This record gives sequence, structure tokens and C-alpha cells, in this order.
Amino acid sequence: MKSDRALVAHLMRRAAFGATPAELDTLTAEKSYEEIVDDLVNPERFAELDQSLIERYYGGELVAIHVGKWIYRMANTRRPLEEKMALFLHHLFPVAWGKSEHGPSIYTEIDMFRRVGLTNMRTILLELSKDPAMIFWLDNNENHKDEINENYGRELLELFSMGVGNYTEDDIKAASRAFTGWTFIQPLSLYPVGHYPAEFVFLEEDHDYGTKTFLGETGDFNGDDIIDIIVKQPATARFISRHLYNFFVEDEVQVPAWATEPPRNEDAIRQLSQVFMDTGGQIRPVLKELFNSDFFKQAADLKKVKSPTELVVGVIRQTGEFNRPVPGVQQFAVTTLNGSTFEGPLSIMGQRLMNPPTVEGWHTGPEWINSGTLSERVRFVEGQFQDLDKPGVREMVERAGSLDDDPAHLVDRCLDLLGGMKVSPQTYESLVAYARELSAIKNGEDGDSVGVHNLLQMTASTVDYQFA
Amino acid sequence: MERDNTMNTENNTLVVVQLTGGNDFMNTVVPYTNGHYYDARKTIVLGESDVLPINDELAINGNAAPFKRLYDEGKMAVVQGIGYPNSNRSHFRGMDIWHTAEPDRVGIEGWLGQAIRELDPQGENVLTGVNIGPGLPRAMAVNGVPVTSVGDLESYGVMNRVEQEMLKYKALETFKGIYGQAIGTGPVTDFIGQTGLDVLKGADMLVDVANQYSSSVEYADNPIAKSLRDVARIHLAGLGTRIFYTQHGGYDTHANEMPTHPRLMKEISGAISDFLDDLAEHDASDDVTILVFTEFGRRMRDNGSGTDHGSGGGAYIFGNRVQGGLYGEYPSLDPVDWEHGEDLRHTFDFRGVYGTVLEQWLEVDARPIVKGDYEQISPFRN
Repeated sequence: MKSDRALVAHLMRRAAFGATPAELDTLTAEKSYEEIVDDLVNPERFAELDQSLIERYYGGELVAIHVGKWIYRMANTRRPLEEKMALFLHHLFPVAWGKSEHGPSIYTEIDMFRRVGLTNMRTILLELSKDPAMIFWLDNNENHKDEINENYGRELLELFSMGVGNYTEDDIKAASRAFTGWTFIQPLSLYPVGHYPAEFVFLEEDHDYGTKTFLGETGDFNGDDIIDIIVKQPATARFISRHLYNFFVEDEVQVPAWATEPPRNEDAIRQLSQVFMDTGGQIRPVLKELFNSDFFKQAADLKKVKSPTELVVGVIRQTGEFNRPVPGVQQFAVTTLNGSTFEGPLSIMGQRLMNPPTVEGWHTGPEWINSGTLSERVRFVEGQFQDLDKPGVREMVERAGSLDDDPAHLVDRCLDLLGGMKVSPQTYESLVAYARELSAIKNGEDGDSVGVHNLLQMTASTVDYQFA
Repeated sequence: MERDNTMNTENNTLVVVQLTGGNDFMNTVVPYTNGHYYDARKTIVLGESDVLPINDELAINGNAAPFKRLYDEGKMAVVQGIGYPNSNRSHFRGMDIWHTAEPDRVGIEGWLGQAIRELDPQGENVLTGVNIGPGLPRAMAVNGVPVTSVGDLESYGVMNRVEQEMLKYKALETFKGIYGQAIGTGPVTDFIGQTGLDVLKGADMLVDVANQYSSSVEYADNPIAKSLRDVARIHLAGLGTRIFYTQHGGYDTHANEMPTHPRLMKEISGAISDFLDDLAEHDASDDVTILVFTEFGRRMRDNGSGTDHGSGGGAYIFGNRVQGGLYGEYPSLDPVDWEHGEDLRHTFDFRGVYGTVLEQWLEVDARPIVKGDYEQISPFRN
């Protein structure tokens, strides 16, 4: 064994979408923890998914299909940190279908996030500023030389890079002026002609070439100059580091409170910011520092609430139902019942992917939980682990053993099967007692339907399973 | 059962129905004699033979015949031209505004969640507020206020897929043990543990609701009828619910409005009148008021197949205690008065209607919830 199983399981829950026992076997046998981190931050070492296969099976322009494709990718990728960073950027730069009602352009944006997520902050902000979905979302196509629209300029500073309190209203105006003329063309409309990708265009005649003063520097700045200045700021290093910490390590308070509430772990933020500043905003080294840090390794014990996406994708990986592109993956976004369309489990749990509630994005951490979302989380795992026709469930039941085995060993195996899960001593005792009950019921009258899958269901229904 | 006929607000129950997507107000309460209407609407238009007149100027969409009956019986109040300032026509921003009663900034606390906190400050009854349908609407979400969200009444709760009786009992006991023990082990686990117990408490109270109910009213087979039947069943079980919430989807009629909107009108009007008949059959009509709203109205001009997002719309209040009729002022149809040059301009601030039902029906102080004093209407009979 080259690495610690519990620690690798923690890493895979946070940096990926959880690991199956077979994956944990291989990883811990072949690689040290640092080597696994190195593989995660260098995804190009692993093959990409076959895009044409995905497109063949999941065709159509409905946003639910695009969400389905993304879920399929998250569940099956061999480059999990690439998808996790795409999800991170979707949380950070939340563009919603609800304004454009244009699913493909948001899928294209997510694809861009996938490409740039592990590069550097300059590339990320530059691609973001040229992204048609973002331009339309924050009205930069309405930002003209003679009449500026500050929507994008403001959010770029407030929500996407530095955070409130690190710039003035004049800086917003200067940034907005620098992004005039940054717009897009849409060759043909989505309905009824189908998807023709929109493209970024820079309209020289609509750009304000005048002199601007931005964060103390003066020049005839264009948008890329503004981004260069933003990336140099310690405030940016700190803001992005805190976002990464919040996403991968520990739930922070909601973003609007960051200007007044200190970070949970000041030293950790300082450590990550330092790497960001030293490397000119490179993301890969920052993440490497993060995953190899003591604070990350110790965070296995912190109660970080899984997002609905993390929960759903983690379960799909375990059930194996979509380990190849079979129809129906969009059911997780939208469900059809009696001819009516209902929101699927992801939405009921509070996360409509590609359709965040506002430009602020989702409120995360404990705010994912209420009676409706919690009962949906439990209902969802019950339903998924009930179905012995799903290949992964069948395999888990076989690997778990028999209800006649020693109940503590049985619980240990279930916890391992669910991705090297850790539970509190109280939960552990309750599960062992439940395993004992299950065995008694199975061997009693009318006990034929009872099986190990009932223990898996309960294990995945615990308070502990809500944590990443 | 004999009931006291004086206005007693203690049991007054509010049912909020959200028409999701932006209902076409002009094709619900139709200005069927106004030339501007026929000038603006070429395809998505209702002629004199398609509507049920309530006066010389306005008529109810002919597909919503039950609304006409309720209107004639004096049980339907129409709030004309309701809306919010600075409409940006976004569904999500629009819904946020309606849900939090905060048009000027992104609000956090839902308006009904705040009302639930006032009605049940200690959070003693997890059913004081009940949502029927998937998810918890933001309108009901306030940190620390337990609210029950019932996706499907028959299967509400956890461990419902377990059929074996003994196993189900043991599974629920184990779940309760695990969530109960989590309380006291840290702030986040406390909160999740408590939420888990709230789910069980709600499920316990709701378990017999379906069996207790019987009615001669046959609801139609569509989602809103089913949801309102669930509201009736829970309400009639007398579990102390003061605020119900449910939604009827499909109103975002950019395209194919002519087949879609008539069906929606038929469904919503039928469901509401069946619901009121059901309450009447159980002598429970006086306790319930229904508020129907949508995030915005639709564009004045149609686009040939449907209508795009607009601004001013309509809200509707139903019930036995309602003084039916028209409230507020129908927005001007004259093109010179249109907002953005293409929308009905709203004439009545939605916060005034919230204030009306909060103060006059639920006896909850509206000011802290709607953040100010807004003109109210008087739609209730004494």
C-alpha cells in the first residue's frame, strides 16, 4: 500500500466525485498521495471522453439534455479535477439559462471552463470576458462607447475577481469603458434553426479608446489590460484563494459577508495567496499546494456539506447505470410524470445546473439543507440503491457480503463501498444495530425481500453521508 | 359541523398558487372591446365569441368558465395591473422579487417564511407552512423556520420504499436515532439532525391524512388539480397549517400560446373551483383564502406564435370571505403609455397585495416583511 486509503478517499471526494472501492484499491496500491495529487492537477495525462459518442447519444437543444451531458461527463471522466474545476467556475461565474433560454451557449461556456480551469487567472478572465453566454448574461453587448453599461464591469470586480471594498465606483466605470465593443454575433437564432454557436467579436468602432485610470494605473486600456491589472492585485489572490478553500476544503460564510467576516483559516488563505502571487495567478500550483497541505488533509473531519451535484454524481458513479451513454441521463435534471414535466432530483435538492438563481450563484454549505431538500436527498439514495438491476448496486451488494456476517464487519464494508466513508461513532453504532435487526428480520417470517441493499440505503441516508 | 359566522382569524389559512412562467394577463381578463388590444394582438387574440364578459370592457377567457362562475358568485377578486418597479423581465429576478418582496436588492428571506415565523415563533408545528410540489420555494425559506415540503403526499417522508412492515419500523427508528444523536455534536450536524427530525415529525402527522379524507368532488387528472386536492386533504385533517404553497407551471408561452394557454386556463380554473367546492362540502369554506400570482404579464404585441416576457400582470384572490370584483386599475392599453414602449405598465405594487393578505387575513404585521407601507385593497367581507 503506497498511500492511506482514508486520506485518498477524502481527496477523491473533494477533488473528484468520489472513488469506488476498486478505484481506491488501485490508487492506494500503485501511487503515493503526492503522485495522485500530481495526476489530478495534470489531467492531460489521461484520455478525454469521446465527445462524438456523447453527442450521438444525447442530442437536442433542451437545456435538460445539456445538463444531462455534463452529469454524464462528471460521472465518467478520467480527468475528474477538470470537471470539478468547471463546476467551481460555474459556481463562481454563474450564468443562467433563464435569461437567454439558450442551452447550447451555456454548454459551450462550461466546455470553456473545462479547458481553462487549470490554467491561470488571466486566461480564465479573458475567456470569460469573451464568452457570448456571459456577455449576454451581464449585458456587455449593451456596453457602448457612447453609453456604458456597467453590469459586467461591476460584477467582474465584485463577484469574479477581487470582492467588495477593493476598488472604487470610478474603477468600475474605467473597467466598463475598457470592455466597450466586446460583444458577440449570433449567426442564426436557436429556434427554429437549431444551434449555430455565437462568436465573440470586438467592434473597434464601438470601443472607447480614451485614457482610463484603473486601480491607480493610467493608460488607454482595453479589456485585456484591465484583466492584467486585476490579476496582479493581492485582493484577487486572496479572493480566489478563499473561493478555492470554500469549494474544496471547508464551508465559508456566504460570499457577500466576506468583506466583513474573516476567513475560517487565515493561514491557509495566506499560504494559497502566496503561491498565486508568486506564480502570477497560475491555478495548477495553487491547487497542488492546497491538496498537499496539512489543512486539507485534516479537513476530512470538517463537516463540509456536499452540493446536490456532488451527491448525485457520486451516487451515479456508484450505481454504474450510466457508465456508458444510455438514454435517460437528463432525468436527474428533469423528470416526466403523467405527461407533465417536473424538476428532477438535482433541482429538488436545490441546484439547477446551468440555471443558478442569480448572478451571486448558489448559497452553499448548510444552506443546501431544508426539509424538502433533505427528504429528497434521502429519497434519491433510497431509490438508487434499491434497484438491484443497476450493475454497480449488484456489485456492491455482492462485495458487501451476507446479512449473516458479523454486523460490524458488514458495516465497515458498506462504508468502504460508499467511497471510503467516515461516520461518527454514534452513527456507526446505529448502523451496526440496524445490521443486526436486518439479519433478524431476514431470517424471520416474510423476510425474503430484505437484503444488504437495505443497509447500503441506510448508510447513504445518514447525516454523515451529507458531508463530502 | 356548526361554525361561528363572525370573522375569526385564528384559523385563517392562506393558499398561495404560483403560475410559473408569466401568465398572459390580457388573455385571462380580456379587454375584449378595446381597439388597442386588437391592434397589438394579431394571432394571440381572443374575439368576442371566445370570452365571457363581466362588463362592457372586460371578459374572462372562455376556457376559464369556472372563474366566470366564481366571479358571478362574488368569490373572485381580480387585482388588475399588479407588478413591481423596474421590471427587467427576467423570470428568476422576477420570482426572486415576488418571493422575497425585495425589488431593489437580492433578498434572502422569503415573505411567507417570515409570516410563518410570526405565526409560530417557536417553530412548534412543522406543518404551519406546507409546500406541495418539488423543492422549497424561496418564498417559504427562512433560516431556522421549519417548513414542510411535500412532493407527493402518499410518499412523503423517508424510508417509504420499504414495504416490509417490521423493516420500515426499524428503518425509521434507526433514521431517527442517527439524526437525533447528531444534535449536540456541532453547529452543522445540529442543524441537519434537526431538519431530519422535522421531516419525520411532518411525515408522522401526514401519514393518516390520505385515509381520513373522503369527498364527492372529483378533481381533474392534472398536476395543479392534484396539488390542490393535497392542500384540501391536509387542510381538512386540521393539522394547524396556516400557509400552503403550490405551483402551476407552463405559462412561459413564447411559442404555441394558442394551444397551451387555453389548456392552462381550463386546468387552473377547474382546479380552484373544485377545491372551493371540496371545502364547501366539508363546511370549511370560511377559513381559506387563495392568492394566485405570476411573476409578470406578457408583451403587448404577440410574436406570431406566442408572447414574450412583459411587465404588469394580474393577481387573483378567491374564497368565501372574499368580496369579489375588480380591484386596482387595468393598465392603459394605449401605446403611448406602454413601458419600454411595449409592455403594460403596472398600476399596483405587489407589496400592497402581500400587505392585504398578511394583515387583513393572517393578522401579521406586514411592514417588516414588505419593508414599508404600500397601498392595500379591501377584498374581504366582514
